[in-house]
Amino acid sequence: MKKNLVLAAALAMAGTAMAADIGQVKVSKGDVQIQRGATKQAAKVGMGIQASDVLLTGSDGSAGLTFTDNSLVSVGPNSVFAIDRYSFDTTTHAGEFEGSLRKGKLAAVSGKMVKQSPEAMKIRTPSAVMGVRGTEFVVQVDEQAAQRP
Amino acid sequence: MKHLAVLALAALLAACASGPRKQVPAELFVVVPAKDGHIGTIVVETAGQKRVINTAFGAERIQPDGGVVQSTMTRDQVHAIFADAVDALPGRPASFTLYFLEGKDELTADSRVELEKVFAELKKRPLPDIMVIGHTDTVGGLDYNDKLSKARADRLRDMLVELGIPGQRIQAAGRGKRELLVPTEDNVSEARNRRVEINVR
Repeated sequence: MKKNLVLAAALAMAGTAMAADIGQVKVSKGDVQIQRGATKQAAKVGMGIQASDVLLTGSDGSAGLTFTDNSLVSVGPNSVFAIDRYSFDTTTHAGEFEGSLRKGKLAAVSGKMVKQSPEAMKIRTPSAVMGVRGTEFVVQVDEQAAQRP
Repeated sequence: MKHLAVLALAALLAACASGPRKQVPAELFVVVPAKDGHIGTIVVETAGQKRVINTAFGAERIQPDGGVVQSTMTRDQVHAIFADAVDALPGRPASFTLYFLEGKDELTADSRVELEKVFAELKKRPLPDIMVIGHTDTVGGLDYNDKLSKARADRLRDMLVELGIPGQRIQAAGRGKRELLVPTEDNVSEARNRRVEINVR
């Protein structure tokens, strides 16, 4: 019991320490929002990105992000991309990047952590998990296709 | 009564979800060749099966019925679907090197010309993060070279600011003679070591 409490406290502290920028919005066109916890705000160029942020675009929106390991991720219109986990050690280049494309389109270029350890970057979709060994790729999740006859 | 209706609805939904006609969003994964021609590798795992894709425009589709189809697409097909997303990708991280006159924080004539090209590349990025790192050759002591390398980095930073890049986007640091491009003995004049690296993201 005591052990659990200590662990919980340690996790809470880790959570606070993690609230640093892991990337930046470099491109933002049309309707682009960043959801952080319960708040949602329009994404502006230069805005910092944190682990567990969710990027949402409207029908005219697209956005491009850079991350501290030099990974690049962009999304097209009508997309939802969540950053589930991110860590990167600038000295050892060890790290992990897990994101979920819930719908829409994504393009990405992997960075230093994947060079250091293949599949350190993973993208989840409703039906799959993609491990990235490098370097450039695109992913689409098309909800409407399921409704077409 | 209300609860019964909710239960019945839930049962109905569960039946639909577990039936053979369950529809999933269509998904598409494609490996895109890099500008330098490099072709990467992705591993797509679905329903416990891993498939490797490692060819130019090699693609895997998950169909609405859950079926998986592998194919090779064309550049045009990929462009037609993904142009919006690809156009929003930020510029690739890049690195440039400029050289300095011996013992000075002045660029060589060649590098002064080269600076124009570097600036043109930096200017393409709407919000560049620039790191300027100065270096020296091994002529002179550690302190002298630490100062000289920092002076070179600061000088280059000033030149970029003069050309119109906001100063707060640029960090400057000196590494003295600690990171030689061409390894030499101490007190060796070597033009290729008298340099500044410019890294941009």
